[in-house]
Amino acid sequence: MTEAIQIQVNGEQRSCRADTTVGDLLRELAIKTERVAVELNLEIMDRKNFDHRSLKQGDRVEILSFIGGGAPVGVQGKRRGFVHAE
Amino acid sequence: MLNDRLTIAGREFTSRLFVGTGKYKDFAETKKAIEASGADVVTVAVRRVNITDRSKENLLDYLDPKKYTILPNTAGCYNVQDALRYARLARAAGVSDLIKLEVLGDERTLFPDTVGLIEAAKILVKEGFIVLPYTNDDPIVAQKLVDIGCPAVMPLAAPIGSGLGIRNPYNLKIIMEMVKVPIIVDAGVGTASDAAFAMELGADAVLMNTAIAGAQDPIAMAEAMKYAVHAGRLAYKAGRIPRKLYATASSPIEGML
Repeated sequence: MTEAIQIQVNGEQRSCRADTTVGDLLRELAIKTERVAVELNLEIMDRKNFDHRSLKQGDRVEILSFIGGGAPVGVQGKRRGFVHAE
Repeated sequence: MLNDRLTIAGREFTSRLFVGTGKYKDFAETKKAIEASGADVVTVAVRRVNITDRSKENLLDYLDPKKYTILPNTAGCYNVQDALRYARLARAAGVSDLIKLEVLGDERTLFPDTVGLIEAAKILVKEGFIVLPYTNDDPIVAQKLVDIGCPAVMPLAAPIGSGLGIRNPYNLKIIMEMVKVPIIVDAGVGTASDAAFAMELGADAVLMNTAIAGAQDPIAMAEAMKYAVHAGRLAYKAGRIPRKLYATASSPIEGML
């Protein structure tokens, strides 16, 4: 039996089997590998390596993709009450 | 006007309206608004995938990257290192080398930190990115960004999401005259006349998000913006009459009783 390791995925603790690859993790999370970027311990991974890199105890994985965005939501409304110039 | 295409870094665009995809009610509304706007270029942000709720859909399921040019941004980055990190992640997510570079200076105004912007732009251009920088309406900074190798510059009209419209048409005009790359007026547009005004000044394109997404009827506003940008462009190309203080009669005096 393979032992379990603790990793962090998008800031959350998670355990997985010691022989899990990054590709396995993505499949387990039902995340399509195209259109995501994976950062492993602050290094951006080449997607070709997803199935070759096994996760290690304490690895920090960040999985990112595109979301709606133009610009960040301004805080002026929240903080000060927005005053229209006209 | 059939061949009045916008070319940036060898890419041709038919529409001169670029739109953001934030702040919509849902992806269905985002899609409808973008279709109504006629935009070719849509901006997106890069964020963590929701791993606890995988039922959440992917934006790119609604916006076909074959149909639209996806322009990822570094929105929310307040320093060079974060902007570089997000730009590299955006490229790794596999759409293209295009990046709308934002390095923000302050949360209240969301004004660009132009010192950080220039520094980040230099590095990303060297790494082969096509950098479209969100910058202030400062002609000198705009020129520096071009010198670095940015194929277009995106000066703001007013603070992001403010809807204040074109606050400094004279600086924008100077940028348009000085800088020999496409100028995309980005941020601050409130309604259709603001977009038309930007285009009449000679902007090559206008980018907006909140003005559409925040309207009471975003889909109708998206359509209004499409016409406004087109009308403004036509007026710019047509060449407006000079402003004069006094009247000039349109009807001839000759033949009057």
